Amino acid sequence: MRFDDEPVPGYPLPILPGHTSPGRLERVLRAGAFAVTTELDPPDSADPEDVYKRARIFDGYVDAINATDGSGANCHMSSLAVCALLTRIGYAPVMQISCRDKNRIAIQGDILGGAAMGVANMLCLSGDSVQSGDHPQAKPVFDLDCMSLLTIGRTLRDEHKFQSGRKVTFAPRVFFGAAANPFVPPFEWRAERIAKKVEAGAQFIQTQYCYDIPRLKTFMQQIEDIGLLGKVFLLIGVGPLRSAKAADWMRTNVPGIHIPDSVIKRMAGADKPALEGRQICIDLIQEIKDIKGVSGVHVMAFRQEDTVAEIIQRSGVLAGRVPWYPGRDTLYQSGQSEKETT
Amino acid sequence: MYAVRRWSVRHARGLEIFYSAFERVFVALHPLWNAIGYERLEKPVAVVEKVVKGFLFDCQMCGQCALSSTGMSCSMNCPKNIRNGPCGGVRANGNCEVKPEMKCVWVEAFAGSERMVEGKKAIRVVQIAVDRRLEGKSSWLKVAREKNAKAKP
Repeated sequence: MRFDDEPVPGYPLPILPGHTSPGRLERVLRAGAFAVTTELDPPDSADPEDVYKRARIFDGYVDAINATDGSGANCHMSSLAVCALLTRIGYAPVMQISCRDKNRIAIQGDILGGAAMGVANMLCLSGDSVQSGDHPQAKPVFDLDCMSLLTIGRTLRDEHKFQSGRKVTFAPRVFFGAAANPFVPPFEWRAERIAKKVEAGAQFIQTQYCYDIPRLKTFMQQIEDIGLLGKVFLLIGVGPLRSAKAADWMRTNVPGIHIPDSVIKRMAGADKPALEGRQICIDLIQEIKDIKGVSGVHVMAFRQEDTVAEIIQRSGVLAGRVPWYPGRDTLYQSGQSEKETT
Repeated sequence: MYAVRRWSVRHARGLEIFYSAFERVFVALHPLWNAIGYERLEKPVAVVEKVVKGFLFDCQMCGQCALSSTGMSCSMNCPKNIRNGPCGGVRANGNCEVKPEMKCVWVEAFAGSERMVEGKKAIRVVQIAVDRRLEGKSSWLKVAREKNAKAKP
């Protein structure tokens, strides 16, 4: 999708009426296109090239890249830094903010700092507990939770002030998101919780991995029943499984992941499990795309990020659209400059 | 105690009725509290509150009680201190991801809220960030002071 008012490709777009950010993700969603986001595995390294290498493999297939904030409570390059590197060359990152490691002073500073670095999307999370990561001896902070964080972020953006009430001279222009997991109990309350998040300020939602379409459909029906359709953009989480064994391990050991037995069985019966895992992912995306109220997919291919492009391409959800990436418009630009010289 | 805490959630309706009566009396006694001095009352009342609510709810004395909005399940018992739960890590059996032997505080909260009248609506309201300065202080005195301040503009 190329916007007419794109000043220099990759740079912040002018903010349209009704939009809150200069970002491409909000543009794509509000334009009604089926959005695709993905997750970058942040490096255990201080080399910026490690970030760029990991971003480049998504070129042309994703509208935004999530930079995780110590996901699984494991230590990696910070999400703010990954985002800052990505925005330097025009990528549209989603900065994840977890409440686990920082208090409200640090977090509000990061929201301002991130926005100043050109980060247009921020995802507010409570965060995984420290026990699940590589530093279980760390102090869990949890000064805020995802919803009080959303409230504070929105106050910064819309009322131009910190939680303390102190004024901010230039407010962060951010598209705020939150996470959801419709696939774990209490099922009957999962839609209600989204309603609370929307009330707190969430504009888009990225969900946990979906392997259970009937459950997703029930959830979407609940969303419709409580009148949330159209009030928030829902991006459903998907991801390729590597093998039946890995899938089984995931559902037993990773909190919040629900994989039905039928999926495990399909994986176990396949000659080439990795290939089957991708095929399952593609099938899921195609089913998800047709569910009323879904705005896109969030592809999480942990340690198999190189499969994302293929999955998106084969799923056909972009319908010929090529999301922006550095260099995409080089052809267009040279065409334009020729026109200008003649 | 865990068993008592779960009993409280099962009896959320009764506790809601009891607390609203208690609150009315406590707030009405404002002139008395004022005469003694809120500052002077802080310590003894906090001790009583801690014993009573500690027994019933495993209260963590955050000083800004939200039990009426959380189905009588104290959200400060959530290992992530989530005041607007449940998080996405709830196990298939409804237990906590961090403490597998414990029922998720928020699964309990929604169950409790279903039994309540006001609590059924209150759980849908977003709880704002906790004021950490109030930790250890009496929530009852805070309510009495605030309600009276609001009554007299």
